[in-house]
Amino acid sequence: MSVAEVAQAPNVVAEAALRSVGVATQHDSAVRHVCGSAAYVDDVREPEGTLHLAVGGAPAARGRLKAIDLAAVRAAPGVVRVLTAADIPGRNDSSPVNAGDDPILAADSVAFHHQAVFLVVAQTRDAARRAAKLGKIDIEAERPLVSVDDALAAQSYVLPEYTFLTGEPEAALAASPHRVSGSLRIGGQEHFYLEGQVALAVPGEDDMLIYSSTQHPSELQAIVAHMLHLPAAAVTVEVRRMGGAFGGKETQAAQWAALAALAARLTGRPCKMRLDRDDDMIMTGKRHDFRADYTAGFDGDGRITAFDVMLASRCGYSADLSASINDRAMFHADNGYYLPAARIVTKRTKTHTVSNTAFRGFGGPQGMMAVERLIDDIAWSLGLDPLDVRKRNLYGDGRDVTPYGMRVTDNILPELIDTLERTSDYRTRRRAIAAFNSASPYLKRGIALTPVKFGISFTTTHLNQAGALVHVYLDGSVHLNHGGTEMGQGLFVKVAQVVAEEFGIDLAQVKITPTSTAKVPNTSPTAASSGADMNSMAARDAAQTIKGRLIAFAAEKYATPPELISFRDSHALIGNRLVPFAQILREAYLARVSLSSTGFYRTPDLHWDPGKGKGRPFFYFAYGAACSEVIIDTLTGEMKVARVDILHDVGRSLNPAIDIGQIEGGFVQGMGWLTCEELVYDQAGRLLTHAPSTYKIPCASDVPPDFRIALFDAANREDTIYRSKAVGEPPLMLGISVFAAIADAIHSLAPGKRVPLDAPATPESILHAIHQVTQD
Amino acid sequence: MRNEIRFLRGGREVRLSGFSPTLTLLDYLRLHERALGTKEGCAEGDCGACTVVLRRCVDGHVTYAPVNSCILFAGQADGAEVIAVDDLANGGLHPVQQAMVESHGSQCGFCTPGFVMALFGLYHAPRKGPLTRAAVNDFIAGNLCRCTGYRPIVDAALAACTAPPQDRFAEDEPEAVRRLAALADDADVLVGDDRRFFAAPASIASLADIYASHPDAVLVSGATDVGLWITKQLRDLPKIIWLGRVRGLDAISDEPDAVTFGATVTHQAAMPHLAAIDPDLGALLRRFAGRQVRTVGTIGGNIANGSPIGDTPPALIALGSTLILQQGDTTRTLPLEDFFIAYGRQDRRPGEFVRAVRVAKLGPDDCFRCYKISKRFDSDISAVMGAFRFTRNGDHIAAARIAFGGMAATPRRAAGAEAALAGVRLSDPTTWSAALTAVDADFSPLDDQRGSARYRRDTARALLRKALIEAAGTPTRETRVVDIREDAVVGR
Ligand SMILES: Cc1cc2nc3c(=O)[nH]c(=O)nc-3n(C[C@H](O)[C@H](O)[C@H](O)COP(=O)(O)OP(=O)(O)OC[C@H]3O[C@@H](n4cnc5c(N)ncnc54)[C@H](O)[C@@H]3O)c2cc1C
Ligand code: FES
Ligand code: FES
Repeated sequence: MSVAEVAQAPNVVAEAALRSVGVATQHDSAVRHVCGSAAYVDDVREPEGTLHLAVGGAPAARGRLKAIDLAAVRAAPGVVRVLTAADIPGRNDSSPVNAGDDPILAADSVAFHHQAVFLVVAQTRDAARRAAKLGKIDIEAERPLVSVDDALAAQSYVLPEYTFLTGEPEAALAASPHRVSGSLRIGGQEHFYLEGQVALAVPGEDDMLIYSSTQHPSELQAIVAHMLHLPAAAVTVEVRRMGGAFGGKETQAAQWAALAALAARLTGRPCKMRLDRDDDMIMTGKRHDFRADYTAGFDGDGRITAFDVMLASRCGYSADLSASINDRAMFHADNGYYLPAARIVTKRTKTHTVSNTAFRGFGGPQGMMAVERLIDDIAWSLGLDPLDVRKRNLYGDGRDVTPYGMRVTDNILPELIDTLERTSDYRTRRRAIAAFNSASPYLKRGIALTPVKFGISFTTTHLNQAGALVHVYLDGSVHLNHGGTEMGQGLFVKVAQVVAEEFGIDLAQVKITPTSTAKVPNTSPTAASSGADMNSMAARDAAQTIKGRLIAFAAEKYATPPELISFRDSHALIGNRLVPFAQILREAYLARVSLSSTGFYRTPDLHWDPGKGKGRPFFYFAYGAACSEVIIDTLTGEMKVARVDILHDVGRSLNPAIDIGQIEGGFVQGMGWLTCEELVYDQAGRLLTHAPSTYKIPCASDVPPDFRIALFDAANREDTIYRSKAVGEPPLMLGISVFAAIADAIHSLAPGKRVPLDAPATPESILHAIHQVTQD
Repeated sequence: MRNEIRFLRGGREVRLSGFSPTLTLLDYLRLHERALGTKEGCAEGDCGACTVVLRRCVDGHVTYAPVNSCILFAGQADGAEVIAVDDLANGGLHPVQQAMVESHGSQCGFCTPGFVMALFGLYHAPRKGPLTRAAVNDFIAGNLCRCTGYRPIVDAALAACTAPPQDRFAEDEPEAVRRLAALADDADVLVGDDRRFFAAPASIASLADIYASHPDAVLVSGATDVGLWITKQLRDLPKIIWLGRVRGLDAISDEPDAVTFGATVTHQAAMPHLAAIDPDLGALLRRFAGRQVRTVGTIGGNIANGSPIGDTPPALIALGSTLILQQGDTTRTLPLEDFFIAYGRQDRRPGEFVRAVRVAKLGPDDCFRCYKISKRFDSDISAVMGAFRFTRNGDHIAAARIAFGGMAATPRRAAGAEAALAGVRLSDPTTWSAALTAVDADFSPLDDQRGSARYRRDTARALLRKALIEAAGTPTRETRVVDIREDAVVGR
């Protein structure tokens, strides 16, 4: 029924010696969260004289800016200043890749509906918002390209297309005994972090302090520095915690922080920018929606012989991170399956819609969807159980090289799937469902067990580095800082557990501190699931440096060989003498030993040749599988998820409570993406679903009433921190099992027919697919 | 006449006079008190991050109502104690806070204050029988969490909210009753002047008076619609007349053949009476928004708002309901369906207000069904809402009343289908086809973000068919994925 037992298991890590790592410790802010005393940016006490901002947006999606009349805005009550692109002293760009295509305020033309054109600075937020409605923006409007189809027809691309090629797909297709072609539409997704975009900029003498809800403080620092013609060293970005992010605050936080900094610079007063929810949904990027067109060959057993897939994504008006996101879709077009011959093409379309961006999974989920549909196609056409087709196509001996040339050496999917097949009672339930369906005219059940194989590392190799800063004080307390940001994923507590373990002290002795560009510079975004992997390593490196100094000192002072010195239970164990941690610190201090250090980590063994499309972009893979059962109403298309079983691989868990939380939260988010969450644009390019009243993320009753989660307990084969694995993104793709189960239920209406179900599987989409399989 | 509003905070009385009539309770807390625990996630009543609890004394009982402070006007707190997340822990954590910590119920923590307050409401809610997961899901349907997947939050609720309440709020109830009683008076409230005011008349007569002299004022009941006119449309509403203090306007009179709901009866209060007419009505109300909205949102507001996608109007029209309107001291009645003239236009005269709605109960030969179709099952707005009342004569349908929401610019009856059903035999589905075709001709729905015109047509037809299948005797276990009537009768 519930997984609480697993979550409370004190320590699933076998090594009994560990005291902090592997313990299901609560989130470091849990008590503050429940008391309302955890401060988010909007809760930072406003300095006296703080002004508030709101943006005025473009009334059309595409066209040249002819005139902007801001007289009424300036005259509105409470307005202090109104700014436009002309007021920006330096570079007017918030692009993460310096593409120059993400204006902080639109200058000559607009590229999507409600793009920011001017900025109101007012005494109160309410005054700013009201005034922002009074601007008159005259645009020479052109017809916008809104959908992927529009853009493909117009050959409108934001980036060049890119191809992976392995084997000879044409020849293999021609030689295949069976072939199938299909097309699948995969919807986008709004992040709906509960805390919207927000920043507070406080001007100093010749510098700027910015509190921002951002996953990428260093990038934001650089953007603000360029915008204000300041050296990076004069801009400090600080973030204690975010109220959710999911990729939506990797690049999308920058514009609002930049506007706050601009206003702060020009007025000399602290300025706060907090987006209204509807503006946030309209003005910030989302998960890319995709169209996947594919042709594949397979043999009589259902083994794929060739896969030729074109993935076209809606990137929106600018490049943003679309290059790496589409790359990651390609890296996951195989999911866990061996493709002997494949052509994987991505077309990165440019549309006049908001620029789509990072979202948990970063293109990977969309890439997997096509091959999972292909597997179902094969099963339907051969009359096989889709699970058997899945199992036959998994990577295995002699079938272990991905389309991008990386050997899969850590494949645990066969064992993991076998286990889940057993524990979920898949075969018995499959038979029971068939019996139910044959006796039930209106309701149909479906079941699917789908795997996830997700590559861990930034595919942009240089980002795989992290830094940390550790100070130890004489009372034994430790100040911990690193470049990772906390968005709820439990990164801070995991890193603190690692540091506590290293010093052999209580977790409570480790003081978690806000991420700040002033403490650890030149950081990578907290993204790609890599936060704990990299920052724990960097923090451990710092801790080990200090510990090394302490050991060297103690070895000399106590005339004990260094290998006989260790730290545990808040003591140094020196030979067989126990010295309290604080005492050894004081002794070291008096002997003038530094008790502060930075730490650094770079992920080893990564290489990537973009020209050839081959290399080893990932350090390792994280795996998992989910078995979902659904019931659908064939009259209305309504659907209910009845039961879900998950078995997921986190290596040796650093913190099982946090990891379980990531798994179930990720699953529910993935399920939402593929079922109730639908983004609807009209032909003018306006987003119609810009509020939680029209854009529906799962609520409590959507969670399966029978929900069983287990960790697949096996050490990471690579040398990661305590042999753990990344957990942020991979579980999201477990949600694909729900989508496949819905298709399975529909398939029961017309066995042997392809089910043309598109995502998201809203009641409307389900009913449409039902009509298609039953009508002709 | 009282010229200030009064509520309790932390046991102390707060008196507010010079405030904007549409100041929200959330802005009062965050901007005026600088009590920063309560969060704004959406400012439109959908996410629950801003949930606070209003403690009131009603007929000698202390009630704890979770509400969305983002769309509640500060004036609506008059006479209540406002309890926010910052107020719960006192020395140690409150039991619901403790349970949330122990079950790992927070990740980013931004939704958490709202969940804690919803669970605090649940902790103090009267309980019949053991608390189930489904009941917890219902209670928190108005709270969104994007991180946890809810399971640990539901676990926390199940752990903390089963025993009778024992917190310091339960302990100080006698004292609270005394302090709340001290706030209670029968005075009409008017804060502001003739051009800009927040008024809260205490009687129907005072309401009729003030509305007659200010027909341009906006009536506010729960503000679950009007609140968004402020937070989203940024409208300036200088004159607010809040109905929440009007004595007698929230009366429910349950008679053998009809129930009459006063205009300010909340959805939560109406639910048991409607569920008693038919379990489908109970389910409809259960799925109406979330607890926070149902606690303050009213039947009168749902009708008066005139939305084409309001949930209660089609159901009440299909049952057969009479609307009672009042202007000055004159009342008039009309069939509910006639109130809705066109999109955004109702048959309501200047200074006239909804007094009550009289809802006919079912006879022994009646079969009632209603269905709400939405992208998300709980707490969503209908794409299509269909309600059916069939009066049987043996195997035949003698008469039918059918109304739909989401199919036209107003909630509307399906006249063609109703006519085509006369004489239809329930046991013979071949006789249904004329009605199924007719329902198509009854409406020309629109495309919007909740569904295409085509889906709406298909669904309207499917719902009629489903109602006939069920009326013909197929148990809903075989026709529905959720809200199985057989379970509802046994009690879920
Ligand atoms: C998150 C959320 C979810 C919602 N979900 C649903 C849903 O599932 N189904 C649904 O149908 N609606 C839903 N609504 C809309 C809203 O809750 C309902 O329409 C509710 O019944 C309105 O009642 P109220 O008392 O809050 O009205 P108010 O907002 O106070 O008033 C609404 C309108 O009615 C007028 N009015 C109120 N009382 C009277 C009166 N006595 N006489 C004359 N005019 C009056 C007001 O002037 C105003 O025009 C939802 C709203 C929110 C915020
Ligand atoms: S802030 Fe979302 S309901 Fe109030
Ligand atoms: S914990 Fe992040 S939204 Fe609930």
